[in-house]
Amino acid sequence: MHSIRRHLVWLVVAVVGAFALGTVALSRGESINALWVVTAAICVYLIAYRYYSLFIADKVLGLDGSRKTPAHRHNDGLDYVPTDKNVLFGHHFAAIAGAGPLVGPVLAAQMGYLPGLLWVLAGVVFAGAVQDFIILFISTRRDGRSLGDLVKQEMGVVPGMIALFGTFMIMIIILAVLALIVVKALAESPWGTFTVAATIPVAVFMGLYLRYIRPGRIGEVSVIGFVLLMAAIFGGQAVSQSPTWAPLFTFDGKALTWMLVGYGFVAASLPVWLLLAPRDYLSTFLKIGTIVALAIGIVFVMPTLQMPALTQFAQGNGPVWSGSLFPFLFITIACGAVSGFHALISSGTTPKMLDNEKHARFIGYGGMLAESFVAVMALVAASCIEPGIYFAMNSPAALVGSTPEAVAQVISGWGFAVTPDMLLQTAKDVGESTILGRAGGAPTLAVGMAHILHQAIGGPAMMAFWYHFAILFEALFILTAVDAGTRAGRFMLQDLMGSFVPALKRTDSLPANLFATALTVAAWGYFLYQGVVDPLGGINTLWPLFGISNQMLAAVALMLGVVVLFRMKRERYAWVAAAPAAWLLACTLTAGWQKIFSADPKVGFLAHAARYTEGLANGVLVAPAKTPEAMARIVFNDRLDAGLCALFMFVVLSVLVYSVKACLAARAANRPTVHETPYEPLAAVPAR
Amino acid sequence: MMMKLGNLGLPEAGRYLARSTRALGQSLRLMVGLPDYDTYLSHMAATHPERAPMSYEAFFRERLEARYGAGKGRCC
Repeated sequence: MHSIRRHLVWLVVAVVGAFALGTVALSRGESINALWVVTAAICVYLIAYRYYSLFIADKVLGLDGSRKTPAHRHNDGLDYVPTDKNVLFGHHFAAIAGAGPLVGPVLAAQMGYLPGLLWVLAGVVFAGAVQDFIILFISTRRDGRSLGDLVKQEMGVVPGMIALFGTFMIMIIILAVLALIVVKALAESPWGTFTVAATIPVAVFMGLYLRYIRPGRIGEVSVIGFVLLMAAIFGGQAVSQSPTWAPLFTFDGKALTWMLVGYGFVAASLPVWLLLAPRDYLSTFLKIGTIVALAIGIVFVMPTLQMPALTQFAQGNGPVWSGSLFPFLFITIACGAVSGFHALISSGTTPKMLDNEKHARFIGYGGMLAESFVAVMALVAASCIEPGIYFAMNSPAALVGSTPEAVAQVISGWGFAVTPDMLLQTAKDVGESTILGRAGGAPTLAVGMAHILHQAIGGPAMMAFWYHFAILFEALFILTAVDAGTRAGRFMLQDLMGSFVPALKRTDSLPANLFATALTVAAWGYFLYQGVVDPLGGINTLWPLFGISNQMLAAVALMLGVVVLFRMKRERYAWVAAAPAAWLLACTLTAGWQKIFSADPKVGFLAHAARYTEGLANGVLVAPAKTPEAMARIVFNDRLDAGLCALFMFVVLSVLVYSVKACLAARAANRPTVHETPYEPLAAVPAR
Repeated sequence: MMMKLGNLGLPEAGRYLARSTRALGQSLRLMVGLPDYDTYLSHMAATHPERAPMSYEAFFRERLEARYGAGKGRCC
């Protein structure tokens, strides 16, 4: 009787969730309120956390609250510190929440809000949160080792090296695609460009203040920095309205690309305290604050979803990205559903601070649920603006034209009524000269956020402010990621090259550092430039590459989980990791195959290249290229992208082979063969 | 038990609020890679009483380099 009563409240949650999800999924024709989406999501998270994560914690992994964690074993008050679980949750969440969950769902909204929502919910419960949780557990039982080390340890040196190299390539693609989002948001926007540029002197001032005036006073300097940032937004407005200043901050995509590349090189070479650290404070706090504000805004404003549940583009052939729902939806939304990059965080700083092994459930599984909620909010923000405006912002000019009249006509022809006046008015509302051709997620999300937040604070007059606030917030943490990623890439590269030329390995040598930094910047800069000049918007090419690589890293992490479960002699539960790994392998390998070999030139790189080689052979210019040289460049880039795709597929397939071998070996053994740090009891501190 | 009953009300709420605020501050600092300085001090006092702990400023710098310096070596 008692046990039934204990489950009764969860039954209520389940019924409410099912009703909300039913309302969301079954409404046809009439628009529904965003609160239904939020309710459905929260109920799903609660049930999944209460039951599935408990099952994984108790039965699958067997978390042991009496076992000493690395934080206690190596406690040094610095890297290894037993930390309160709520405090650590904040740290972990801030580390995993980035641009990904904000961009993917916005791009996926072209199919309607329903496919994206269902994948975000199912993906996080059965794949994403499971991955984060299992990797955190595995790393905690192995002194907080990194993913590369773990793969090496449990599968062998070769797969470890392969995984490391794969991670480097993934990072290059991530940096390129993130930088592309910034370029798309700032092109021809003096307001945005000024505001984002102003963050550099603001951060440098903060860095100097923290170093020489009031060392270590993070809270104080962050408040000062925040005030200066808000001033920069208003300054940007003044600049954009000034006939003398506005042209000085108006750049096209190519110019911004060169600036970003130069910025990346300089920022990654400066001392960390001067620029990277202070801007990291700003971007982290702004990120957390904005996420909270958006959540409050959605509950308070209760916006109505304008986007239909399903659009005709769910069949494929959408303007924002091409390809059919399977497999491309599942790689377009990576973060928010499942993201391989989290495996790097879960095997990074977090396991070194876990006070008790039992906390891994709350921090690993729960942290990912929180990130998934960010993705749901991004989906809501993108779906509550007029679909016509959504498509006008995200469709490439090569497809819909570049004047408001042409764009409105094409998009209205698709069945999403929109007039040129609406497009001009929206641009005016957000303080921009145009909103056309701004694919990449950030501007769309900014319009959506402005749409929600101005109803809560400030009214229509504040719409432009909120738009640029959202752009600033995204650009800020993307730039931080570019800076930090370039540094990390440099270290990886020096490590890799050092195996061949020992002199390059020396991280205390300035020429070696500058050389490796230049190579890393050149690598992502190349893909960025390619994306910027791509007439189809670049997102079309780069985002699937990013999605495929990120999901493949997730598959690698989950396969590691399967191997560890086999080695623990818990193979009867291995499906918990094996099922999502199999699904991700199916999605990424199909997507990779189609990206390389599909006969549709919109999807397949080689088919696209073939169209241009044919044109070159016949001496015909194939639009949108304007010169034979441009055509040759397109052919080269297509083949390069196809090669990269093949490389990712090779990485994941070889890890698959090694993990099957490791599983078979573990099965043949008659006792557990894991490489865990030996059990040591925790001193008599009860689990909190 | 008696204490608990007697202290119910404002002081209890105040203490709870103070604890939460402190945890929030700790969490925000840890988000940017700065662990709690007091915890570090008590750790040093408990396990290495013979060594002088770093000052807050030195602790701050050490953590900053550790977070962004990517392990070995200093940044140029």
